[in-house]
Amino acid sequence: MAGAFAAILKRDLTLALRHRGEMANPLVFFVVVVSLFPLALGPEQETLTRVAPGIIWVAALLAATLAMDGMFRSDFEDGSLEQMLLSPQPPSLLVLAKILAHWLATGLPLILISPLLALFLQLPGEALAVLLATLALGTPTLSMVGAIGVALTVGLRRGGLLLTLLVLPLYVPVLIFAAGAVDNAASGFPVAGQLYFLAALLVLSVTLAPLAAAASLRISLG
Amino acid sequence: MFLWFHKLGSPKNFYRLSQVLTPWLGAVTALLLVVGLYWGLVIAPPDYQQGDSYRIMFIHVPAAWMSLFVYMVMATAAAIVLIWRMKVAEAVMRASAPLGASFTFLALVTGSLWGKPMWGTYWVWDARLTSELILLFLYLGFIALENAIEDRRTAARAGAVLALVGVVNVPIIHYSVEWWSTLHQGPTVTKIDAPSITLNMLLPLLIMALAFTLYYATVVLMRTRCEILEAEASSSWVRELADKREH
Repeated sequence: MAGAFAAILKRDLTLALRHRGEMANPLVFFVVVVSLFPLALGPEQETLTRVAPGIIWVAALLAATLAMDGMFRSDFEDGSLEQMLLSPQPPSLLVLAKILAHWLATGLPLILISPLLALFLQLPGEALAVLLATLALGTPTLSMVGAIGVALTVGLRRGGLLLTLLVLPLYVPVLIFAAGAVDNAASGFPVAGQLYFLAALLVLSVTLAPLAAAASLRISLG
Repeated sequence: MFLWFHKLGSPKNFYRLSQVLTPWLGAVTALLLVVGLYWGLVIAPPDYQQGDSYRIMFIHVPAAWMSLFVYMVMATAAAIVLIWRMKVAEAVMRASAPLGASFTFLALVTGSLWGKPMWGTYWVWDARLTSELILLFLYLGFIALENAIEDRRTAARAGAVLALVGVVNVPIIHYSVEWWSTLHQGPTVTKIDAPSITLNMLLPLLIMALAFTLYYATVVLMRTRCEILEAEASSSWVRELADKREH
């Protein structure tokens, strides 16, 4: 079982590394969207500091959702997904490996580039550490929940827009706790409560989402 | 018990049963609506703070209750769809979604109409308003998914997964939003020992809630019948039914 998990993880990561251009797209999207806000809101430092947590998080959420569309697509189209589900390994475990690989290829780079964006938006230094912590706890949750939506829409021709419609409402709790934590940190309040909530959501989604995603993939494959 | 369950599960029997039930349910609904509306809008005393404008509550509160109730019905039907693959449950789930979305929309509209004189604005980012809005988004997502998948049975099972994922998320969303901000007045009916509402207002409210529930039951039965006819269009009993109509 661990062998199958590792094999899928390695395979998906290798595939992602060989398509670096695709990996860069959500990252560029993230940076471009965030840099549009100062142009729209004006360059005053106080305004930017005030709205920075929300902007960075909403942009991260959109970038993650756009990147998610490709999570199962190529495997669905060439039939390897069907073979994986036919194998004797538990499908939810294989799905978990695929989600983890996808997060490492798309979610982790978002976290790594976010200090640059914090700099753009004049986010105070104390808040930066909290921003990184919320992204580290929050984006895997987004990948887990999003995987269910991707699995449901993978067989549809125009699934991309539908996917955002399905999963964005489900992202609300993550957004609230994450942006709230960064906001609190920027004004010097304690943030432990929100971080615990984010961790709880992560644990819940790691436990349940692979099961739901595997069931959805079976439905999509028919 | 199980025999009864099986009989209900057959689209044909369900169709017959709902055909018998619908007129009765409809009549009781109409009666309760008339009584509840008259009592609520005319007889019940005006509120000492809010005057007459509180009366929109007799529509608003039952609609808000129904918006959650219908989602629970959908989630239950969704579980039945995934576990037993029951065709009737598929039809009930599909028939419920637009009704639930309408109740949610009604609750939002009446709430914002009441909010204008009371809070001075049509919309505030208050916890309950926000979670009701997100509930509406969940309904719309479900309907969009059902429409996007061509095969009816695949669509039903995909929708069932989505409805169950949603039902796990509804409480999380609700409490996270509540934690985020709240302005809405606290619950006045569900306090166990002493509801802080006079009986003369409470009774019409409960009658209206019952009327809304029965209205939902009536309409969902009618819509489910329509769904069944569409899904079973090629089966022999539907053809017989159609033949009878023609002569």
